[in-house]
Parts: sequence; structure tokens; C-alpha cells
Amino acid sequence: MKKNKTMKKIMLYVALVIGTLVSLFPFYWAAIGATNTSGSMFTQPPTLLPGSMLMENIRNLNESIGIGRVMFNSLFTATVYTVLALFICTMAAYAFAKFNFKGRNTIFTIFLLSMMVPYHATIIPLFKMMAALNWLNTYQAIILPNLAYPFAIFLMRQNLLAFPTSLIEAARIDGAGEWKIFFRIVLPSMKPALAATAIFLFLYQWNSFLWPLVALSTTDMYTFPVALSTLFGLSRIDYGQVMAGVTIATIPIIIFFLLLQRQFISGMLGSAVK
Amino acid sequence: MKQKALIPYMFVGPAVILFSIFMAYPIIYSLILSFQSGQGSNLEFTGFDNFQRLMSDAIFITALKNTFILLIVQVPIMIFLALIIASLLNSALLKFKGLFRVSFFLPAVTSLVAYSIIFSIMLMNDGVINQVISAVGLDRIPWLSDPFWAKASLVIAMTWRWVGYNMVIFLAGLQNIPEELYEAASMDGASRIKQFFHITIPSLKPVILFTTILSTIGTLQLFDEPFVLTNGGPSDATLTIGMYLYQTGFRFYDFGYASTIAYVIVILIAVMTFIQFKVTGDQE
Repeated sequence: MKKNKTMKKIMLYVALVIGTLVSLFPFYWAAIGATNTSGSMFTQPPTLLPGSMLMENIRNLNESIGIGRVMFNSLFTATVYTVLALFICTMAAYAFAKFNFKGRNTIFTIFLLSMMVPYHATIIPLFKMMAALNWLNTYQAIILPNLAYPFAIFLMRQNLLAFPTSLIEAARIDGAGEWKIFFRIVLPSMKPALAATAIFLFLYQWNSFLWPLVALSTTDMYTFPVALSTLFGLSRIDYGQVMAGVTIATIPIIIFFLLLQRQFISGMLGSAVK
Repeated sequence: MKQKALIPYMFVGPAVILFSIFMAYPIIYSLILSFQSGQGSNLEFTGFDNFQRLMSDAIFITALKNTFILLIVQVPIMIFLALIIASLLNSALLKFKGLFRVSFFLPAVTSLVAYSIIFSIMLMNDGVINQVISAVGLDRIPWLSDPFWAKASLVIAMTWRWVGYNMVIFLAGLQNIPEELYEAASMDGASRIKQFFHITIPSLKPVILFTTILSTIGTLQLFDEPFVLTNGGPSDATLTIGMYLYQTGFRFYDFGYASTIAYVIVILIAVMTFIQFKVTGDQE
């Protein structure tokens, strides 16, 4: 009986360790690839150790896509988007959670229903709209379309529902203005929810591909996903360069994730998990 | 007093305005477009012509088939694996739970384009996976050049990316199953496997429904992975509806027809979600 249990335990660990290796290997492979020559990814036996080509690959990558510029484009669009969207969505969520007003349920239902509509259904009219405004290939074309993100509104509303209405009323009696109540009393107590929603929004924008692919047309405006897919679509591919690009685009997110795991997971799952 | 009534509108106003311009208007406009045809901006109303054209469009039918094959194969494999890993991680015997959880979740953080590139390089004919396979003495697998294996490659890559994500959702659901249920079952001599099928899965039914619907919606819109990993090939074997929409709209600039394809995705998502709710008997 006891031996049986030890066996089971060992099998459990073996299964999980194999699973972990499968999960982590592609990351390792990309990092190794970034430090080796293009050909070293296709050798027998496989090249499993870091090489000395990292600087060279980064230099070549920089010549092809301009790493600094792409990094700036990605960081800038994702950060501005996150700040604005968080603000707009939280304000809307606050109205839905704590006010009674005409049209509230109708508007909220429309927001919820729109979550069922795939992004594809908006992309062609958006493209025509941006073309008409002469906004194709600009930052605003990337930032504006999803600022009112229904899912983020929904998330924040769920969290705000739990905020005691009596506190808001007490502040009103004390003569505090509505904005002051929102910024000084409500928001400070919402930090975990705000952090999770911010991560959700940031990742959404950082990883977004189809719309930037359609809306951006010059290398100097590309975000990471567009730049990498373009690099990978060339007829002669330098794999060392590509892996360096993939690694550089992935490392910031992984560090960010390891630092803020809890908020990260609840943000990514949309706090479906409580 | 009148001013007071305006306050909620001030809060909800920016979202409503932005939503109307960038979501509501495009959704309605693309419905109108779906009844028009022509190139670029020379569009005219042609009624249901586009929908009729879809029915006899062999490429669209291939894309539809591919998308459904991926959906039917990938989603169950991924959900099942995620359930197994979640219940293994939930085991009381286990140490280093946090470490395992983070490792399994890590793929879900990477961008779709980045992981598709990594998998594409690993799965090339002389890529690392085939090198290992031939080192063990087996035949190389034509991962990206054979219609069957190209689909399999997508299934493998997507499963790698999403298992951890779903696993974390299941882990949270598992916390709500009372330990006594398992204890009682063990006392009655039920094996771990039996417990998994008779306790874990039934208790998690609403969560499984939720993740299945999310994954179904995601797969019906699939674009990034086939675009980067297989580029729809070989010979359209991994062309998805999402990719066909992109090609129609932004390679051939046939906006009307592309909008029709977009609305087919809308309808499919609505129908699939409805079916999944019906099949599992709406408890919520």
C-alpha cells in the first residue's frame, strides 16, 4: 500500500516535469536561436547551448526592422491605449454600477451583446473610416478603435458593484463633488481590479495583430507582431535574426508576468476566477 | 437638481461615444456592405448575391471545413488536457505547485505571432523536432508540407499556447469542489480515474461550458496562427475563415464579399454558442 503511494507520487512528478519541459522548451529554443547562426537551428544533433552570435543577430535585426523604433511603437501604443481605455471603461463601469439612469440597462445590454461580435466584422468599415480620415498608418488608428472595450467595462462593473454605496452617499452629504468622490474615494479602493484590468488591456494591445497589420503600412510604424511577421515572411529568412526579434518581444512580458503573477493571471482570465 | 441627473451620463458618455463610432457603426456598416459588391469603393447593392456566391465558393467551403476540423479536434484535446493537468496540480501530495502552475501558464503570455514563429521554425523539415525524431530512428514528419500534418501542427501549437490558460480556470473551479466528495469516493474504493470522470468533470460542467464557448469563439476567428505558422498552406489545407476574410478584403479589396464572410463568422458564433448552451442544458 505504502509502496503503491510512492510510485504514484513519482509518476505524478514525472508527468508534471515532462509537461513543464514541453511548456518551457519553445522559450528556451527561441533564446538559444537568438544567440546562434541561422543554420544552427537545423543541425543534427540539435544545438542546445547558447552561441556567440547574439550581438550580431541583434545588429542585423536592428538593420531590418529598427528595434528601438518598433519597441517604441509597441510600448507607446500599448501604454497610451491602456491608460485611456482604463479611464474610459472604469468611468462607464462606475455609472453602470452606482447610478440609476434612463437607458442604463439598454446601453449595458448592447455593450454585453457586442462581446459576441468578432472583431473581424468591424475591420473593413474601420479601415474605410481611417482611410477617409487619412489616419491609416498612424498611432491614433491603432489606439482609438477599442478604447471603449466592453469586456473591461463589464469587469470593472463587477468589481465596483461590491463597493459600498453608503460611502458614496456619505461623501455626497459631506459636500464632495462627483469627480472627487470617483477619484479620491472609489478609485483608491479599486487598485487590484484596476491592475488586473490594466494588464488585460495592455496585453490585448501589445499582442494585437490583425488590425495593426491592416492599418499600418510602413516599417517605421510597425508594432512587434507586425514587424516580426513581416520579417518572417521574407523570401530569405535569417532565423537567428527572427529568433532574436521574438525573444526581445517576449522577454518584457515574461518579466512583467513573473513580477505581477497574481494580478496578471486574474487580468488575463478577465477575473473569471475568483 | 437637473444637473444631478446628468452626472451618470458624464461618466458613461465617453465610452458610449467611442463605442458608437468605432464598434456600433462598423458592425452595422459591415452588415450593409455584406449586401453589396464591387471593388474598392465602387460598391452597389446586389441583395443576397454575396451569400449565394459563398455557397458555391470552393475556397470558402475549404476554409469553413478547415476551421471546423481545427475546432472539433483542438478544443476537446485542449480542454481534456487542461482538466487533467489541473487535477494533477490540485493533488494534495504535490510540492512546488506554484512553480508548475507558472510554467504551464507561461505560454499564454506570449504573443500569438511570436509563438507561431517559434513553432514554425521548430516544425520545419530539418527543424529541431524532426531532428529529434530522426535521431530516435523514426521517419521525419512533413509537418508543414503535408495537408494533414499542417493541421496537426496548428493543433499542437494552439494546444501548447492555451492549455495553461484553461488549466488555471479549471484550478479555480476545483477549489469549489468539497474534499469530502473525493474522500467518500475513495472510501467506496473508486479509483482516481473514476473520481476524475464521476466527480471532477460533472462538478466542473459550468466551467467547462464557459471555457468551451470561449475557445470556440476564438477558433472560429482564428487568424494569427495559420497566417504565420502555415500561411494557410499547403494548398489551402490550413486556410481558415478569418484568413480568407483578410485575403478577400485586403488582397483583393472586395470589401462587400469580405463583410459577408465576417457576418458568416458572426452567425456561426451565435449558433455554436446557442448549441453549446442547449447541449449542456442551461443551468445558469
